[in-house]
Amino acid sequence: MTSTTDERDLKAASAVRGRSLWDDARDRLLANKAAVTSMVVLVAVAIACFIGPLLSPHDYDEVYREYVKVPASLEPYPRADQVTPEIESVLRRARVTVDELTVESGNFTARISSPRKIDPRVTRYIDRSDLFENAEIYDFSADEKSATVRADVKTLYFFFGTDSNGRDLMTRTLIAGRVSLTIGLLATFVAIAIGVVYGAVSGYLGGRVDLLMMRIVDILYSLPFIFFVILLVVFFGRNFVLMFIAVGAVEWLDMARIVRGQTLSLKRQEFVQAAEALGVDNAGVLKRHIIPNTLGQVVIYMTLLVPKVILLESFLSFLGLGVQEPMTSWGVLISEGSRNVQGAAWMLIFPSIFLTSTLFALNFIGDGLRDALDPKDR
Amino acid sequence: MARYILGRLLSAIPTLFLIVTISFFLIRVAPGGPFDLERPLEAKVMENLQRIYQLDKPLWQQYLLYLKSVASGDFGPSFYFRDFSINELFAASLPISIKLGASALLLALVAGGFMGMIAALRQNRSTDYAMMAAATIGVTIPNFVVAPLLTLFFGVWLGLLPVGGWNNGAAQNMILPIITLALPQIAVVARLTRGSMIEALRSNHVRTARAYGLSNYAVVVVHSLRGAILPVISYLGPAAAALLTGSVVIETIFGIPGVGRYFVQGALNRDYTLVMGTVVMVAVFVIVFNLIVDVLYALLDPRVRYD
Repeated sequence: MTSTTDERDLKAASAVRGRSLWDDARDRLLANKAAVTSMVVLVAVAIACFIGPLLSPHDYDEVYREYVKVPASLEPYPRADQVTPEIESVLRRARVTVDELTVESGNFTARISSPRKIDPRVTRYIDRSDLFENAEIYDFSADEKSATVRADVKTLYFFFGTDSNGRDLMTRTLIAGRVSLTIGLLATFVAIAIGVVYGAVSGYLGGRVDLLMMRIVDILYSLPFIFFVILLVVFFGRNFVLMFIAVGAVEWLDMARIVRGQTLSLKRQEFVQAAEALGVDNAGVLKRHIIPNTLGQVVIYMTLLVPKVILLESFLSFLGLGVQEPMTSWGVLISEGSRNVQGAAWMLIFPSIFLTSTLFALNFIGDGLRDALDPKDR
Repeated sequence: MARYILGRLLSAIPTLFLIVTISFFLIRVAPGGPFDLERPLEAKVMENLQRIYQLDKPLWQQYLLYLKSVASGDFGPSFYFRDFSINELFAASLPISIKLGASALLLALVAGGFMGMIAALRQNRSTDYAMMAAATIGVTIPNFVVAPLLTLFFGVWLGLLPVGGWNNGAAQNMILPIITLALPQIAVVARLTRGSMIEALRSNHVRTARAYGLSNYAVVVVHSLRGAILPVISYLGPAAAALLTGSVVIETIFGIPGVGRYFVQGALNRDYTLVMGTVVMVAVFVIVFNLIVDVLYALLDPRVRYD
């Protein structure tokens, strides 16, 4: 008899599942229009950056010498008026004379002649140009001093234009986004990991250890921050992997202070004292009770730290200390763009749009999360 | 009050000492030296250079020598800008950075304060939302994006202002750098002013002032703004220190001979004295401005006393 009542209670309990803090927070976050829009934007940017370069017909480091600094356009390149001069210059380089030239849309045919015998390898000169492909030579005259060449015009799209080395800016912007986002996330994780452990240990152990650990944080705070970053970059060399460790190693100070403050109030709570009374060791209490309870604050700080790190990385790259060629990041692209602002504005505008929309989205998500996790704060 | 200020200034000495010590040894640990060129110098030349700049002595001796010269106000010779001492470099470039920074600070305080006040008075109306949206944009867009975009619009497309250069401080050369420096500060000041102003407008003393029938001007400016400006001031202290000591990005983009560039240049060229000089300069600015903030606090808020 009693067992069935228990079962019924159990069923009733499972039917009315309790709402956790995280369920409430999720609902509040989804009701926040700015935050939801930002999440959509961020996911779109992330997908574009991680999948886009795979679909793009251009490699991020592929140089088109004939297309240096061409403006952004939805029309295909080459332009109609570009083809004929390029054919003439290519064939001049091949040391043959053009007798007759017909240019159609998509291909051209030319009758060429030369005082000497024509080498069939002339086609290589044509293929080497970025404008043509599938060049062939036929119809040799009896003395092999004249022949016909034909080749297809290679149509290329540069939706964002090209940079000063003739590389497709769209692919580069997307690859740069990949680098910037990766560094942003990894560096944030490094910073969060150091900050949480440091702050929790310092706050939980208290006393002299706390005093010493927080003095160290204070001293690091008072050092000019850029000095510190530059020194770390100088130490590690201009290395992509170590770069985010350097950035993360600088950004953990705030996190440590926040977590320490939380820990100080948590360790006076009954459940922590109960755990201590049961004989759980310090590491166990920290791992099971203290750190999980600081997670709300940590998540909020994390979403606000990612844009900060991306900004810092861009700033370092802007100074030439960050990511090195041919790899690129938004900071590198913007710095190149700002140098070419007179005459090639698209080189500045497109990376700027990507960077600022990502920063915007991350900031709004951070604000939304703060409102969602801390309803008092509204 | 005078006693308090004196005490604060005295307590700054150990802080400065710590900062000098840490950065001295940190920069020395970094690999490479000031005279490492692409093509190494001859051994004899190198030896002479090291002797002239006293780099051949043991590190602790160099440290003591440096401490002694800093204590007497001499930051030593620059290793990279030969024939210049750090004091000369700073004397030439610091006034430029201060001029730009102070103008930007003033602009930020006036424009940001005004925007924040208007937004608070029209809370939750379209003016408020427009102001705060503008402020969010100002905070989010980094200055190395704003600066080239401004040059693109005003310098290249409209042709109104020069795209860069200092030109001995001509007014049209200063406009764009000042705006770029001030924009994020305007945004933060506007946000802070709005927040604290809303709180101040709801407070008891403001309600009493209204009940007395004081004019709107007196209520808003005399009684609310005075309290509302406090958070802004505590934010602007460190911000002012950062603004006045120059910005690497702004100075690079606009080609301004300010003091901000020296940080990066010094660290990259291992110009030990230049880096140290910049660190000390920034630290002094930070300490002084924190003190100014605390003094202003006491002047504005009668509840705060340091006696």
